[in-house]
Amino acid sequence: MKILLNGEAFATDAKTLDELCAWLGFAEAKVATAVNGSFVSAPSRGTTKLAEADEIEIVAPRQGG
Amino acid sequence: MLTLYGKSFASRLLLGTAQYPSPSSLKQAIEAAGAEIVTVSLRRESSRARTGQGFWALIEQMGCHVLPNTAGCRTAKEAIATAKMARELFGTNWVKLEVIANDDTLQPDLFGLVEAAAALSGEGFEVLPYTTEDLSAAERLVAAGCAVLMPWAAPIGSARGLINKEALKTLRAYFPDIPLIVDAGLGAPSHAAEVMEMGYDGVLLNTAVAKAGDPVKMAAAFAKAIAAGRLAFEAGLIEPRDMAQPSTPVAGTPFFKIDQAS
Repeated sequence: MKILLNGEAFATDAKTLDELCAWLGFAEAKVATAVNGSFVSAPSRGTTKLAEADEIEIVAPRQGG
Repeated sequence: MLTLYGKSFASRLLLGTAQYPSPSSLKQAIEAAGAEIVTVSLRRESSRARTGQGFWALIEQMGCHVLPNTAGCRTAKEAIATAKMARELFGTNWVKLEVIANDDTLQPDLFGLVEAAAALSGEGFEVLPYTTEDLSAAERLVAAGCAVLMPWAAPIGSARGLINKEALKTLRAYFPDIPLIVDAGLGAPSHAAEVMEMGYDGVLLNTAVAKAGDPVKMAAAFAKAIAAGRLAFEAGLIEPRDMAQPSTPVAGTPFFKIDQAS
């Protein structure tokens, strides 16, 4: 399945957002997620199924003004 | 004390965490500023670089109150989703709400800002909106639930100081009970002192400190200017006047004759 991960084309077999995060090594990381422009909370990642062409954002804390 | 959404702070300087030459200069600048509130953001995390994880460890170590921003968001929808991600990540209901209208001026999109502020306030967020000096937008933001307003002085990073001082004075007069923080556009400690002398409650800075020749020294300079400006406001400034008024007593002036008086 092809998705857009943080703005770039990405191929994955992950069925849920939780699986994708784990595959990327973010299982224990301080990250937050959104799918197709809407926030997905950490507890909801396991039940959030991924579909072809989904747009996934995975963000972390960064310097800001 | 500066009180924002029920939390009180001794420092009236809010400091941004971006653009410092190194993590250690950021840490020292926060200390030199005496800042208790620092702004942070969210950015895409790479599974290889994991940049955000190290940054977060540094911020946690500082023990500051964190104010996440929605910098770079162009629509209310983007800002709302970003605020929700920030709330989960940083464990705070506070959000420095930015909805940007224009890349050259980084001017807030006031329509999107009011829309996002209303939606987020309704979901329990405590919104600190980055806005312009526009009075009608400020009124809409307060009606939307904002209990703090953060008007710009000049475009972000421009270092121009207060380009519309009269409008900022008007905001202060219209909102005596709403904490007002000038956010963006200051370049020199004298600008910050001027803001505080007008009775503003605080100043949010980033570029003027981070890009200074010596950010740590500049952080200290701004802290002193902000404290001095606040003290001056509390002391009560005298009114400017057109003509001179002697400070030395006129009565008893040597050689004074009545026909010299006019």
